[in-house]
Amino acid sequence: MADLRNSFVGIKSPNPFWLASAPPTDKAYNVERAFKAGWGGVVWKTLGEEGPPIVNVNGPRYGAVWGADRRLLGLNNIELITDRPLQVNLQEMKQVKMNWPDRALVASIMVPCEENAWKSILPLVEETGADGIELNFGCPHGMSERGMGSAVGQVPEYIEMVVRWCKQYTRMPVITKLTPNITDIRKPARAAKAGGTDAVSLINTINSIVSVDLDSFAPNPTVGGKGSHGGYCGPAVKPIALNMVAEIARDQETYGLPISGIGGITTWRDAAEFLALGAGNVQVCTAAMTYGFKIVQEMITGLSDWMDEKGHRSLDDIIARAVPNTTDWQYLNLNYIAKAHIDQDACIKCGRCHIACEDTSHQAITAFVDGVRHFEVLEEECVGCNLCVNVCPVENCITMDALPAGATDRRTGKPVDPDYANWTTHPNNPMARQAAE
Amino acid sequence: MGTCISGIREGRLSPADYEKNFTDLHPPLDRHQALVASDRCYFCYDAPCMTACPTAIDIPMFIRQISTGNAVGAAKTIFDQNILGGMCARVCPTETLCEQACVRNTAEDRPVEIGLLQRHATDTAMERGIQFYTRPERTHRRIAVVGAGPAGLACAHRLAMSGHDVIVFDARVKPGGLNEYGIATYKTTDDFAQREVDYLLAIGGIEIRNGQKLGRDFTLGELAENFDAVFLGIGLAGVNALRVEGEQLTGVEDAVDFIAALRQVDNKADIAIGRRVVVIGGGMTAIDAAVQAKLLGAEEVTICYRRGKEDMNASEFEQELATSKGVMIRHWLQPKRVIGKDGRVAGIEVEYTGMQDGKLAGTGETGILAADQIFKAIGQTFDPASVPNLRLDGGRIAVDAEGKTSMARVWAGGDCIRSGEDLTVTSVAQGRDAADSINRALAAAADPAVAVA
Repeated sequence: MADLRNSFVGIKSPNPFWLASAPPTDKAYNVERAFKAGWGGVVWKTLGEEGPPIVNVNGPRYGAVWGADRRLLGLNNIELITDRPLQVNLQEMKQVKMNWPDRALVASIMVPCEENAWKSILPLVEETGADGIELNFGCPHGMSERGMGSAVGQVPEYIEMVVRWCKQYTRMPVITKLTPNITDIRKPARAAKAGGTDAVSLINTINSIVSVDLDSFAPNPTVGGKGSHGGYCGPAVKPIALNMVAEIARDQETYGLPISGIGGITTWRDAAEFLALGAGNVQVCTAAMTYGFKIVQEMITGLSDWMDEKGHRSLDDIIARAVPNTTDWQYLNLNYIAKAHIDQDACIKCGRCHIACEDTSHQAITAFVDGVRHFEVLEEECVGCNLCVNVCPVENCITMDALPAGATDRRTGKPVDPDYANWTTHPNNPMARQAAE
Repeated sequence: MGTCISGIREGRLSPADYEKNFTDLHPPLDRHQALVASDRCYFCYDAPCMTACPTAIDIPMFIRQISTGNAVGAAKTIFDQNILGGMCARVCPTETLCEQACVRNTAEDRPVEIGLLQRHATDTAMERGIQFYTRPERTHRRIAVVGAGPAGLACAHRLAMSGHDVIVFDARVKPGGLNEYGIATYKTTDDFAQREVDYLLAIGGIEIRNGQKLGRDFTLGELAENFDAVFLGIGLAGVNALRVEGEQLTGVEDAVDFIAALRQVDNKADIAIGRRVVVIGGGMTAIDAAVQAKLLGAEEVTICYRRGKEDMNASEFEQELATSKGVMIRHWLQPKRVIGKDGRVAGIEVEYTGMQDGKLAGTGETGILAADQIFKAIGQTFDPASVPNLRLDGGRIAVDAEGKTSMARVWAGGDCIRSGEDLTVTSVAQGRDAADSINRALAAAADPAVAVA
């Protein structure tokens, strides 16, 4: 059995699956249910400063994007940080941590960008026995209009400043949660590191309008005839999150900085992909909000079974394994040549590969051969783009097969060069580095 | 209750049982079910389902329209090709047409539910009373259509779309042809055939004259003289006889009459049915008659077919439907003699058959099936008496690829022509295409002569 025990910046949990700071972690009742279901840890819903609690809208808070059969692909929300009194949250956190000492309990915090605000809340959180804090620099809606959340996360200098205060005023590990609503995710990550953060977590939600009500002409969710942009999450954002995690994992300045991966993780496979790209653990929200807490059992068994099958004994065997294979386009091997191949036994003859290639790409797939409906790759036209693989409804029906070195590429008529060669040395590149004479 | 009383009797069942037995065979999909079903369509290129449809409805397009919440637009896509798309959605043997061609069969042995989706779309538009076609300016061309069945109605509608005046003559009391008289009751409930005719006629310019029979009330020659064009969609009027002793006995009936009577009756309890019913034949009519005999409360219903299961014209689905309702299907049996008692049917002597030297032949071995009612469903025939001047082909009206007969300005389509397949959808296609051909012919005739220098 694979060992799924996780230690993230010294915070131990029986598995790498944490619930992200969000509605599912807003109170003891939910968190207790999550721990009973098997979640390794939670990041408690973001605490604000002492005083009159935050208020939320009293109409719809969520909007959605659906796929086939109304499968939830993306969710957006306009809910703010916890709307319960600080003291209630702190008391419940303390009690839950006492009840579940083996689980990770991290406090998410968002207070104004003033040293005193942070200085005064940190001892209160520390007193609960929480294992660490996560700085919410990510929320893109509501709080950002008040100079908090992503308004901080979008200014690297502020990030560095606040992280520095936190490191100064608490002994707890500091995880800095980053907003994706920024052009280059490496900048805020570097700033957090400069401020002394123990880790970053990402991504928070993405600014979004999920849909427009075409009767009322207002964005969804519509509150009294108006809508506001919200934060987008769920399976749809996973590719964006994966890239941002990888950007930080392979950046020279932040290399080795622990990352808690967040963004559309729905299955064990999603989690394994985040771990492979450098995340030390993962946080989940939308999947739990869609299916309930039980899904963690699928994640745990799936990850464990896969690791057993592949011979990976612990999480360290897989974490960051894909980072060395993530590179810039300019370093991709231009001598690697692949051609699509259609398995005729698996083909159901829907013709989508043909029409996609014919209408929008390279005219490299037949529709008829000898008057019979038949879909076959014309190697002399195929550039190996992979579009046909992506539009084919049958898994593994179309594969991309690499041509062996020495074989003739029927498109160019040239043999496949066995040597690696990329754009940096390509003759068409005016910037190409010339080999030393 | 009541099934064990011998003889041909009415009211074998309780009103509730009649009600239950004759409800819709396939209940319509609601909006949610339709969305789920439509999600399964792959939107194939040059879709095989579309090729398999005799009317070439753009099936991937209408299903995509349903999936995007545009069931009304889907209905237009269907009606553009097939104005009787509502009935076809109900009665088409989709399992041998579009759904058989669906690539989902290859993937997982379960096609997209094209028929039910088509019904969802067409029902939606019809229930909302949405009309897609308006009649353009009148051309003052008058066209006679004989037969208000699927072929005639499709032809009439297409002609009205071009602004012609169409007069439809039909021998029966109601329009609709086999849609009204020839289809099992549980396939088209709630008077759908008449509602569909009304929906179609709303375009205007079509006048239906019922009780007008070709060869009795008017002749083809008169029509050809008085109209700019004539379309014949007169179907098959004759029924094949058993040609065995005892056929005249009380209790030996034509299945088509039984099916028609059941469609026209207000109260199903008024239709008398035997305790033991034997249906002779292997096509859809045999299945429809047998299933409905069972649903009317017959104790035993047996279909006797003189060849094997794979030779039956009724689809696999139809055969399974029959057996699921308790009908016994027996193969390799042919009628030898109807046995009577007091002038009424008491049984039927059948002979086993087999293939000998590639030909069907009786084996000489016989047996007797007890029966108090026997339905003949061994095929219908074209009666050429009403069209004495037309060339025939294979016993039906000969037409060219466009539906033109041997007589100038006379077209034909549907079951009365050689290539008719006894399918509503094929008849619709032929009626529609004949209308297009008529249009082209009228347009060509109207073109002024152009002098060539």
